[in-house]
Amino acid sequence: MKRLTKVFQDCTRNGTKAFVPYIAAGDPSLQRTAEMLLYLAGHGADIIEVGVPFSDPMADGPVIQTAMERALEAGTTLRKVLDLVKRFRNLYSTPIILMGYYNPFYAYGIEEFARDARASGVDGVLTVDLPPEEAREFHGLLKKEGISSIFLLTPVSDAKRISAVKRVAGGFVYFVSVTGVTGERNTLPEEIKERMVEIKKEIPLPLVLGFGISGPDVIRNFYPYGDGFVVGSALIKHWVEAGFSLERDSDFHPFYKSLVEACRGR
Amino acid sequence: MGKNRNGYFGMFGGSYVPETLMPALRDLKEGFAGYVKDKHFQEEFTYHLREYVGRPTPLTYAENLSRKLGVKIYLKREDLCHTGAHKINNAIGQVLLAKKMGKERIIAETGAGQHGVATATACALLGLTCRVYMGTDDMKRQELNVFRMGMLGAEVVGVDRGSKTLKDAINEALRDWVTNVRTTHYVLGTVFGPHPYPTMVKEFVSVIGKEAIRQIRRKEGRLPDAIVACVGGGSNAMGIFYPFIRHESVELIGVEAGGLGIETGKHAARFVSGKVGVFQGAKSYVLQDSDGQILDTYSVSAGLDYASVGPEHSFLREIKRVNYSYATDNEVLDAFSLLSKEEGIIPALESSHAVAYVVKHADRFSEKTVLVNLSGRGDKDVAHVKEIVKKG
Repeated sequence: MKRLTKVFQDCTRNGTKAFVPYIAAGDPSLQRTAEMLLYLAGHGADIIEVGVPFSDPMADGPVIQTAMERALEAGTTLRKVLDLVKRFRNLYSTPIILMGYYNPFYAYGIEEFARDARASGVDGVLTVDLPPEEAREFHGLLKKEGISSIFLLTPVSDAKRISAVKRVAGGFVYFVSVTGVTGERNTLPEEIKERMVEIKKEIPLPLVLGFGISGPDVIRNFYPYGDGFVVGSALIKHWVEAGFSLERDSDFHPFYKSLVEACRGR
Repeated sequence: MGKNRNGYFGMFGGSYVPETLMPALRDLKEGFAGYVKDKHFQEEFTYHLREYVGRPTPLTYAENLSRKLGVKIYLKREDLCHTGAHKINNAIGQVLLAKKMGKERIIAETGAGQHGVATATACALLGLTCRVYMGTDDMKRQELNVFRMGMLGAEVVGVDRGSKTLKDAINEALRDWVTNVRTTHYVLGTVFGPHPYPTMVKEFVSVIGKEAIRQIRRKEGRLPDAIVACVGGGSNAMGIFYPFIRHESVELIGVEAGGLGIETGKHAARFVSGKVGVFQGAKSYVLQDSDGQILDTYSVSAGLDYASVGPEHSFLREIKRVNYSYATDNEVLDAFSLLSKEEGIIPALESSHAVAYVVKHADRFSEKTVLVNLSGRGDKDVAHVKEIVKKG
């Protein structure tokens, strides 16, 4: 069974939700990211989204933009990100989703990337600027290598968009909570609950909520509607404020723990 | 010519955008396809072009420059359009379309400021609110246009990230659009971005070439030997090339920004050192490093200072219908003063690239008839050129 499928099955059995932290690879350095990956996997992350830095992240807000700038400054490349995943995979089986923009994948060579990604133990790929209409070739190659194609749906996705995504999506569907870029919001619009119910009826895959989740209260509010929750900007912000420290007394831990707890229904 | 299926020109084009924008692009495609065939829309658009923009623009025989270079040179005078550049044609078309589609709010990006001014102007005319994103480096280079946009009632938002130029302004405009997609239309200023923009913008600017073909036939009784236009995103070039593409005897030449010289890496010559990639909505030639990160570009003219190029240009190059070349900043500044002194016409630094190409290759065009698209006037550049001259 695929690692991703198993995560959601376990969650269903335990009555919990998948906790999906997002970090930008190479922010502030690949060494720090490696330490962070081990920490996340050892402390309750069910799936980890690893952002592949890009010079022009058009769907990201200031926190992730800045994280990507730091990562590029540190010399991060897609090749190095795959190495990082490979080293991680020797130690943990936590599924890894690479999330990024298409051009670095395209520049790598998509056939070569699909092969290398499999060899490194990547479980899924989400390319933000590659809607289903443009994704056929790339995601066909990934599928051949057993890698899931993750697609986005949004509050403005109508029936046509939902069926376009349904035809190609694998692993899970990522529901974007707001029309807008990544970055925490105090509250998320209540009406997305209805949309999530509709999508779940249409697409027989787990539905994961992301964008804008600022803390455990948001997760609790949307708990019954999603199968998992992605936290990116808020997590990175706390990590930056803690000086990228994972030491025992780091201020990062209480916030992180509160997210895990919320996903466990506590 | 390439079939425009799903917005592809050969292998170039497409819609590489986040899912949030897909419904809006679909609506835009449908809205555009409907209105472009609609008689009332066409009448209204043509009315504004005639009564407000001042079309048709003249095709001026550049007598002194022709004598000096031994080339018969005609200038398509887009510099005489209201607001001073060809950008107004597209801006009015799109703002009119957005209004018909029930959008309340307009956003735009701008490099040199001409597209921002044109969009602000169209919004003032048609009564929509307008916000323009502009890199803070470009704001410094084009201070006058920033002030003009404010005068016209638009809000100018400085973008202080990345290279602080056009590409960063587009990123920020896209972020705004993703956020306000329900109420807002994004007036993209060139034949770039996701489908249907390259096709739609081409439609709105092709009036340039349609007029030029009539005018040159009337004046010369034949088509020109060559047409030269500068290429940033490529809208003025596409506007003048398009109606001539099927006339294969007419050589078409696009001129990119050579900046400080190709060898310095400080330029925007995508067809010289770019490779195929996906950037800001389209697959086309892109200046990028070997890891697919977008490179910073450089040009004396903010309007050509961009890392990618309209996908249909990439296609026209691939099928060898259009030749692409470049002019360096120094050649451009010389052409800028040459045209000013010889003809009493101060061209935009962007348009000066096309002039510079003709000057440099005058031998090859000896006794031939060459049509240069003078896409904009140089008033906006005078202060900037003064600084450069002062520095020596």
